Amino acid sequence: MYDVVIAGAGIVGAACAYECAREGLKVAVLERDFIGAGATAAGMGHVVVMDDSEAQFALTRYSQQLWQELASELPDDCEYVQTGTLWVAADEEEMSEVRRKHQFYSQRKVPSEILDARSLDAAEPQLRTGLAGALFVKEDAVVYPPCVARYLLERARDLGARVLMGRQVIRLDDEGAGFDDGTVMKGAVMVNAAGAHAASVHPDLPIVPRKGHLLITERYPGFVRHQLIELGYLKSAHKSAADSVAFNIQPRKTGQLLIGSSRQYAVDSPEIDRSILSRMLARATQYIPTLAGLSSLRVWTGLRAATPDNLPLIGRCPGYRYVFAAAGHEGLGITTSLATARLLIDELMSRSPAISPEPYSVQRNTAVHG
Amino acid sequence: MTGIEREVVIVGAGPAGISAACVVAETGRSALLIDDNPSPGGQIWREQDRHGSDWQASHWLRRMHLYRVDVMSGATVIDGDPGRRAIVCETANSVSTIRYKKLILATGARELFLPFPGWTLPNVMGAGGLQALVKSGMPISGKRVVVAGSGPLLLAVGAYLKGQGARVLAIAEQASWSRLARFGLGLPKQPYKLAETWQLKRALFRVPYRAGAWVEAALGGTVLERVRLRVSHRYWEAPCDYLAVGYGLVPNIELAVSLGCQLSGGCVQVDSMQQTSVPDILCAGETTGIGGVELALMEGRIAGFSAIGDRLNAQWLFSDRERFRRFARRLQKAFTLREELRHLPSEETLVCRCEDVSYRRIAPMSGWRAAKLHTRCGMGPCQGRVCGPAAEFLFGWNCQSARPPVFPARIDSLIEHVDK
Amino acid sequence: MADSVWISIDELPVEVEHGTTVAAAILKSDTAGFRRSVTGKWRGPVCGMGICFECRVTINGQPHRRSCLVYCESGMMVRTK
Ligand SMILES: Cc1cc2nc3c(=O)[nH]c(=O)nc-3n(C[C@H](O)[C@H](O)[C@H](O)COP(=O)(O)OP(=O)(O)OC[C@H]3O[C@@H](n4cnc5c(N)ncnc54)[C@H](O)[C@@H]3O)c2cc1C
Ligand SMILES: Cc1cc2nc3c(=O)[nH]c(=O)nc-3n(C[C@H](O)[C@H](O)[C@H](O)COP(=O)(O)OP(=O)(O)OC[C@H]3O[C@@H](n4cnc5c(N)ncnc54)[C@H](O)[C@@H]3O)c2cc1C
Ligand code: FES
Repeated sequence: MYDVVIAGAGIVGAACAYECAREGLKVAVLERDFIGAGATAAGMGHVVVMDDSEAQFALTRYSQQLWQELASELPDDCEYVQTGTLWVAADEEEMSEVRRKHQFYSQRKVPSEILDARSLDAAEPQLRTGLAGALFVKEDAVVYPPCVARYLLERARDLGARVLMGRQVIRLDDEGAGFDDGTVMKGAVMVNAAGAHAASVHPDLPIVPRKGHLLITERYPGFVRHQLIELGYLKSAHKSAADSVAFNIQPRKTGQLLIGSSRQYAVDSPEIDRSILSRMLARATQYIPTLAGLSSLRVWTGLRAATPDNLPLIGRCPGYRYVFAAAGHEGLGITTSLATARLLIDELMSRSPAISPEPYSVQRNTAVHG
Repeated sequence: MTGIEREVVIVGAGPAGISAACVVAETGRSALLIDDNPSPGGQIWREQDRHGSDWQASHWLRRMHLYRVDVMSGATVIDGDPGRRAIVCETANSVSTIRYKKLILATGARELFLPFPGWTLPNVMGAGGLQALVKSGMPISGKRVVVAGSGPLLLAVGAYLKGQGARVLAIAEQASWSRLARFGLGLPKQPYKLAETWQLKRALFRVPYRAGAWVEAALGGTVLERVRLRVSHRYWEAPCDYLAVGYGLVPNIELAVSLGCQLSGGCVQVDSMQQTSVPDILCAGETTGIGGVELALMEGRIAGFSAIGDRLNAQWLFSDRERFRRFARRLQKAFTLREELRHLPSEETLVCRCEDVSYRRIAPMSGWRAAKLHTRCGMGPCQGRVCGPAAEFLFGWNCQSARPPVFPARIDSLIEHVDK
Repeated sequence: MADSVWISIDELPVEVEHGTTVAAAILKSDTAGFRRSVTGKWRGPVCGMGICFECRVTINGQPHRRSCLVYCESGMMVRTK
């Protein structure tokens, strides 16, 4: 009998396991594949503060601060670098968004700075000329998520947690986790941290896959220095339900560049879609024309676990007493994993959390308004 | 960006690809031969187009020119779309989408490299690798070379290097005499039978051929200085300039896999007409199984006939093909790799040369994908072509994975090719 | 040398026969290594056929070129690292 049984050893399951183990709870983690095999391996690892809604801001900012605390103990292979983010504005219309964002962050004490065209050019000489400017958000960072997940689970293991690989959970209820051979691992509390597959364990969870493509290049140290994201997606369809692409590039500690991003709805095949890949890369070269000649090593896809209102599901699952969800993190689960684990442990321990957990509760009405 | 269309497109200009292209072109159909190396010939006929000496090579290369096979050298096929019958092909400064009615994959094989202490030192090379470099202009005369590893290629390489004036100190074959003898490939102390197969007997006169011998370590500061061999229970050490070591061949299946072709036993699966599991894609040569130049030629011709729908002419060649396949299987058995080779790497020996990942870090992983994600093994530019087969041998993992691009490709190549 | 080509390797002129690959030319020139590995170790060519990526150098300003796949052309600027 365990205190906590967690299904899924992605970054969210790993963070939850670590928090629970730190509280002295007896933890078991069940993973059907290996640590970080899901979205955690596929994602970009941008730890980023977001402002799409107050709730999203609260969770990402809280989590980012937890990342800053964790950073000093992370081993080298986690590749934590505080690169900062440059939200790139192509024209005056997007510059007004820069100013709006700046004000939003300033009011909430997030260090940021407006760059005009010249200082943007100095900060990132590879960007094409003629861009209007950017917002520099200074505390954003990048990490290599699979190794972070492994590190968190190693720490949890040191504190007595058991991590079992190759164990697919087919049922997760108030008794425990059930496997296809009919056996059950009993627990006082169960946590569904199965990412984009969370709904295959609990079909009521409003999670759908949202597919993304990424490409990684050879090593070109110093080619770009910050995570660069376009603000043009405000005008493009990146937020609606149509397939979309946006310019998003990340410098890795190795000198490699990770290039995104694409969003495709209700697609769950891992195949590479040549046409969306082509659009995604074409978009990137509109911002950095010299990218065209760089050598790419690999392209892959991953599934984001999307909810209707783009906020994760953290807390007790309806219809159960002892089953909790920690899933549905869409494109921000690396960032928000640490805060998710804190909210979960605070709920389990009946402590008052650092931020309000209501917006992420599983019971909430996730339908989007307006 | 150019749009090209040909009846039959052949990837790989080795013996299999060239013979397939000739069969097609001889009937007046358009054939395009694409190869990533700077001139046609593949592994065995490298540079034969310029300095021909091998009669078989000049025969086929002459026909290739005579029948006006289009050859694109220095062009790598990086991706494809069987649904649209198109492949994408990149050169140093261009990219093109090429459409086909039939596609023949003749992508050949590469050497199997296994890690041992010191294998990353400069001047430690593949056996075929050193041969290829010498063929393309590297001076070797008077240099001390040790050739090691496994398989008939070692003899071919030893003889070639000797012919070029190298001092071949030893050829170390890991398979034992008794094993070679059991498969009818060698008599104690003199590999006459084996040498005959490769017509190398005379060329190898006075080169010590040691069976049951393998490289324990390559030693040196920044470059290779000495090599240490294990010869059954003894050690043999000698200073040398180059160590040429290859443990047999691995089929280049990556392109076929990314196009959706099914595998069987690590090779591309084909039927009697060299047809793969994907419509209109055929495969011939080492990619369907390691078998040597004769088999590659035979399969290439059959694939050529198959591509133009000439079943009758193809069938004439079936029995010869079967004979060569049987011989190939016997060779494979004779040169089965010994267990000791699995224990050569030390904890610090690098297994992944692109990302410098040591044996110590890879060994505890649960499988290839976990190793890739957690240690970066196989994540460099060779895309696991070297460390994948090595890890398969060392740890028994299934290391086959192929994603586009099949080779590292320029970003503009991945932008251009779609929907054109 | 009949039919020869001059290239520069790390700013030093080297004469090779026509049809020599850049990898072969570098080996001929006695340059110590082709590239430094990601942990700083010297490396040189292994496969000679374009699959190992150990022979990468910068050719005419273009990094990460496999020197075993490229013939020398006169005036070519090659940089090892
Ligand atoms: C292309 C892309 C880019 C992204 N970029 C970013 C970014 O820059 N920043 C950011 O913060 N986020 C990013 N994300 C999102 C982030 O990767 C995910 O939100 C995060 O990894 C989710 O972690 P997880 O642990 O919930 O899910 P996963 O990592 O998917 O983990 C779930 C685990 O559960 C296992 N599992 C599933 N079903 C079962 C079962 N029945 N029994 C046992 N185990 C099971 C799976 O094998 C898996 O290991 C990106 C995602 C994608 C796809
Ligand atoms: C390094 C080496 C040296 C060898 N030396 C000898 C020898 O001396 N004597 C001997 O009898 N046998 C030798 N062999 C065995 C030899 O492979 C076969 O006997 C014969 O050459 C196989 O012919 P093939 O047509 O199947 O393939 P190959 O001759 O290997 O030809 C395949 C060609 O396809 C190209 N190619 C692969 N993928 C792509 C792509 N995606 N895009 C474009 N081009 C591509 C390759 O670069 C290659 O040029 C050697 C093998 C190797 C690997
Ligand atoms: S020597 Fe292997 S790629 Fe050039």
